[in-house]
Amino acid sequence: MTAVAAEHITKRYGATTALDDAGVSLISGETHALVGRNGAGKSTLVSILTGLQRADSGRVTFDGEPAPPLADRDGWRQRVACVYQKSTIIPTLTVGENLFLNRQQTRGTLIDWRGLRRRAGELLDHYGVAIDPATVAGDLTVEQSQLVEIARALSFGAKFIILDEPTARLDAAAIGRLFERMRDLRAAGVTFLFISHHLQEVYEVCQRVTVFRDARHVLTAGVDELPHDDLVRAMTGDAPATTAAARSFSADGPVVLDVRGLTLSDRFADVDLEVRAGEMVGLIGSGSSGKNALAQTIAGLRETDAGTVTVAGVVPKPGSVPAALAAGLGYLPQDRHREGLVPLLSVAENATMTISDRLGPAGIALPGRRRAAAVAMIDEYDIRTSGPDQPVNGLSGGNAQKVVLARALASDPKALVLVSPTAGVDVRSKQSLLTAIARAAAGGAGVLIVSDELDDVRDCDRVLVMFHGRVVHQAGKGWDDATLIGAVEGVREERGGE
Amino acid sequence: MTGTPTLATAVAKPPPRLRLARFRDLALVPAILVLVLVGALIDPVFLTRDNLVNVLQQQTELSLLVLAESVILIAGKFDLSLESTIGLAPALALGLVIPTASHGLGTDWPTALAIPICLLTGAAIGAFNGLLILRFRLSAFIVTLGMLIVLRGLQIGLTGGQNLFDIPPSVLYLGNATWLGLPASIWICAVLFVAGILALGFLRAGRAVYAIGGNVDAARAAGIRTDRVVWLVLIIGSLLAALAGLLMTGRFGSVASAQGQGMIFTVFAAAVIGGVSLDGGKGTLFGALCGVLVIGLINNILTLGGVSAQWIQAIYGGIILAALVLARLTSGKAQD
Repeated sequence: MTAVAAEHITKRYGATTALDDAGVSLISGETHALVGRNGAGKSTLVSILTGLQRADSGRVTFDGEPAPPLADRDGWRQRVACVYQKSTIIPTLTVGENLFLNRQQTRGTLIDWRGLRRRAGELLDHYGVAIDPATVAGDLTVEQSQLVEIARALSFGAKFIILDEPTARLDAAAIGRLFERMRDLRAAGVTFLFISHHLQEVYEVCQRVTVFRDARHVLTAGVDELPHDDLVRAMTGDAPATTAAARSFSADGPVVLDVRGLTLSDRFADVDLEVRAGEMVGLIGSGSSGKNALAQTIAGLRETDAGTVTVAGVVPKPGSVPAALAAGLGYLPQDRHREGLVPLLSVAENATMTISDRLGPAGIALPGRRRAAAVAMIDEYDIRTSGPDQPVNGLSGGNAQKVVLARALASDPKALVLVSPTAGVDVRSKQSLLTAIARAAAGGAGVLIVSDELDDVRDCDRVLVMFHGRVVHQAGKGWDDATLIGAVEGVREERGGE
Repeated sequence: MTGTPTLATAVAKPPPRLRLARFRDLALVPAILVLVLVGALIDPVFLTRDNLVNVLQQQTELSLLVLAESVILIAGKFDLSLESTIGLAPALALGLVIPTASHGLGTDWPTALAIPICLLTGAAIGAFNGLLILRFRLSAFIVTLGMLIVLRGLQIGLTGGQNLFDIPPSVLYLGNATWLGLPASIWICAVLFVAGILALGFLRAGRAVYAIGGNVDAARAAGIRTDRVVWLVLIIGSLLAALAGLLMTGRFGSVASAQGQGMIFTVFAAAVIGGVSLDGGKGTLFGALCGVLVIGLINNILTLGGVSAQWIQAIYGGIILAALVLARLTSGKAQD
């Protein structure tokens, strides 16, 4: 019997289509996985299934009945509960109050605090959560606050629970305990929609799986009839072939980026890697693998707990971006809007930000020289702009990214760290960005590309895979997608590495 | 459900923290005792009943503004315009009821309407702030800063920059009556603070204010009508400011064109010294009340200590800043 169904859902945000005639259907009492690469439309589906957003078209039913209107929050909460990626626990209130927020027990009109604490204690006991309801929620660990959220979700009487990447912030032991709990609840008749980037977990707790790709539904199948190679293929689609730039590097060239035993608590531990001049190294991993924190640490945005970073023979002061830049490191941040560009400034000013010391004497940046430098960059990187004076917020995503890349390369860095260099840009821009990167490597820079897109690292001489804060896999040229994605998703152990 | 505690998460039972949390409200009580002691040493007049009642009465208007601002801050918003509302609301109400000879507007409405008009004006200002902040999604800071200037300008425009005299008896009564041996305004403040403490602690709507300030998305997901609650909080805040304006008018027997000007710094200082977070979701009204007392006592001690009038402002401001630093150090956390 169908517990929950979302059919022919379409949702657009401006020009982007988040869901295109997609849907999912859950049988009562099953644990159903929803997987897909970033941007596949999973989160949009969750907000539609929980009544936080209205679909442009399509319909949602619970037990065969149409979903309540959006304004009827109580109606939704009796049908579906969701543990979001982002916590909905209010840190300044106690656990007990969080559990009964806006439905506190009252005596007359006043809240009966003693009764509330008692009921909260009973509720937590009932689900076997050993937390004192008088604890301030901000003091809980991630696991504990997640358990509080699950207990609260169940206390509304919902028999359908969405878990949106619940394991992303948990350690292995806590994940095991969560799964045990999910099995118990499933035995009691609760239906789960489980969203995860870790395919191994899908095989561990789910009975069926639905794959989304590029806002579309790709397939739904039982996990036992879908080998994980097929699952990976359904997620990635047919990878478009890219042309490798002709490039070679000498294996005994100088090491320009040397990372030894780098550790940052809770993010990554004991990472070693080295990049030689002219070499391109890829580093891939899922969102929780710690790869982005590693890149930020190398760039000096975070201070390490242990280990060293050496750039071209110099050890820059840890946690200092200027020191890293001075040592010859170029860094392309993950989020070009937040860390990369100053939106209201012109293309020229953004592109020359790292080399302003070369634009004139004594701290003066001469406008003429700035312009000339910017025009050269616009030509070299094929940036589509009305001119160097155009504000960067008027550029398309791909062209804005070219500006950030041009800036990272402008100071002729010896080592380059690029985080998700092609995120959110179209296929053509992707190609020209990657070509520019390969050209920088051919010019003698050591390049480290940190990404979750396999296409970004296709030209690399080596690819490292991070999982839960450690480098778990290394592949030379000629790796195949399935092995690498398997390692990213944490199922490498089943297949063995190279 | 298994019902068995399969998940024995190691939670250190936190009785020490709990006890601390309960005492955080009382953090300022030692400071108040020290100030009383200092005051007694500086001048024997300090401990007399008249002086202490005087200190309390002088702080009644400030305390009402702090009450209003604290609730607004806990809800995660801002209201700077309170300091102009405290002037404009009574000025408009009096202007409508007093004769032109006393700088009235010439309408000569019945004097009994003075108090209702004043309170209505306050509520309307709060509602308008809410409209701009919640409907048009403007920043509360800049909206109320604009309103601060607009309202002050309105008052000056309406009154021609004159002070208003010839206060109706109902307003005079509020500012000067004595109930059970204490000025009426002290009783009014006490009752409103007790009501506020009970409402924030024991009403669902009151807890919703904390939830909204703590995490507005979570509050919305819990079914709280967040905009409605915040709107109500803003209206109540301005209403309290208008009431404070009535008390002040009654006490002084006139409405000065600068009534309330410059008060907002003291209001924020008292709230923050009292442990109310500027980020929302944190703080108690009892703490805020203690903040008011600390500031009132400092003011009184400086006056009694014979600090020269030219220097008193600099010293007063300096002491408030020092108190903020101390509050930050003793709470052990970064200032929110």
